[in-house]
Amino acid sequence: MKTPSRAGLVPAAPALSRGDQQELLKDARALLAPPARRLFLRRGLTVGGLAMLTGCSITNSDEAEHALMKISRFNDQVQGWLFNPNALAPTYPASMITRPFPFNAYYGEDEVRTIDGNGFFLQVSGLVAQRDIWSLEQLGALPQEEQITRHICVEGWSAIGRWGGVRFATFLQRIGADTSARYVGFKCADDYFTSIDMPTALHPQTLLALTYDGATLPPKYGFPMKLRMPTKLGYKNPKHIVEIFVTNDYPGGYWEDQGYNWFGGS
Amino acid sequence: MAQLAPSSAGPTGGIPLPIIQPAWVRLAHWLNVLAVLILVASGWRIYNASPIFDFKFPKELTLGGWLGGALLWHFAAMWLLGVNGLLYLTGNLASGRLVRRFWPLRPRDVLADFVAALRGKLGHDDLSHYNAVQKLAYLGAIALLVLVVLSGLAVWKSVQFPLLRELMGGFDNARVVHFFAMSGIVAFVVVHVVMVALVPKTFLLMIRGR
Repeated sequence: MKTPSRAGLVPAAPALSRGDQQELLKDARALLAPPARRLFLRRGLTVGGLAMLTGCSITNSDEAEHALMKISRFNDQVQGWLFNPNALAPTYPASMITRPFPFNAYYGEDEVRTIDGNGFFLQVSGLVAQRDIWSLEQLGALPQEEQITRHICVEGWSAIGRWGGVRFATFLQRIGADTSARYVGFKCADDYFTSIDMPTALHPQTLLALTYDGATLPPKYGFPMKLRMPTKLGYKNPKHIVEIFVTNDYPGGYWEDQGYNWFGGS
Repeated sequence: MAQLAPSSAGPTGGIPLPIIQPAWVRLAHWLNVLAVLILVASGWRIYNASPIFDFKFPKELTLGGWLGGALLWHFAAMWLLGVNGLLYLTGNLASGRLVRRFWPLRPRDVLADFVAALRGKLGHDDLSHYNAVQKLAYLGAIALLVLVVLSGLAVWKSVQFPLLRELMGGFDNARVVHFFAMSGIVAFVVVHVVMVALVPKTFLLMIRGR
């Protein structure tokens, strides 16, 4: 029993008529359309196990992918509806902190970006009253709080860590954010980007984290700042944030555009 | 109770065979097969991203290609499993089928039927009644499906369902419960398929109802 390989999406026939070649090229171009989509397809929604077990394969994987993405967006809505803004994630004693706390990013630990804190300014844009820039000193002067919570990765593992910083709702209030807007987006120094729903942005445990375990946030955990949300999976918690914007236009995200669920929370 | 089919004549000669499994049960069964197939195959790919134990599932048996694809399948098929399962349970309770087909279930009968089955002396002439081992196995499968859904909810929404999370022993343990519920379901499927292969007319029964 041979399972279809990803390369099998476009059959490699030895001899093709000119018409077939044109068709193939057209298919290939359609497949390669936007870069995120290409990555998504390259990683493949192939149906190995299912095809093997049922003897049938889903021939039009593009259609299947489209349908699955639609269901994922429907799941975003359901999760938004399920989300209780007052439900708190569990907190833990310091003795339960995972040491060392695992490093995780879309690149290896040897490629961690080091950002110079001197002369660093956080940009704020979009639907906000004060499109100011914020220095780390200014952020440090806002009321600070701490949490020891569980970080849950989309892969399934989890680890308990201790973060400190400014309650994000407080920060949004300071910048005069339109809290009736739908999304808050984040741009990061490591070219990562993501976005969250406003109810989660306003959740009492959503923290603009400036410290880890009582010390300035080290580069590997996201210096100069990270958004820490114990109600969201790891990939929703951006590190090395350089710009925060409030918007009603769906901003997507680095992983979300490739197929990870956008709401991505618990 | 069993309905009479209008046109088809069975081997009894002229007298139509009664419908043993109504259409809604058969439909629910096959939709459940599809949902479980997708959920298990995609779940194995999700497991592989961060294995709980010291093994991974062979990639060829998994669905989704990569973690993101597997999650898309998993969180689509969960609706099929959940909605179909709720309709199945509601139909069984409302129609009285659950009581009719599964009651009574006595441990002594299970033991007796199990021993008879091992000796190859368990009859399968009357498919309109489940033997005690069948009753236990099918109820067990239903219980495992309920457990897999509840533990899955605890993994997915550990903040929103604190009671469920604590019942499962916390987030990490909910994953373990989810894994073992899946394992139980897969074990049931293996035995179930072997039994159907041994008594092929039960396969026809689940297709045409008689």
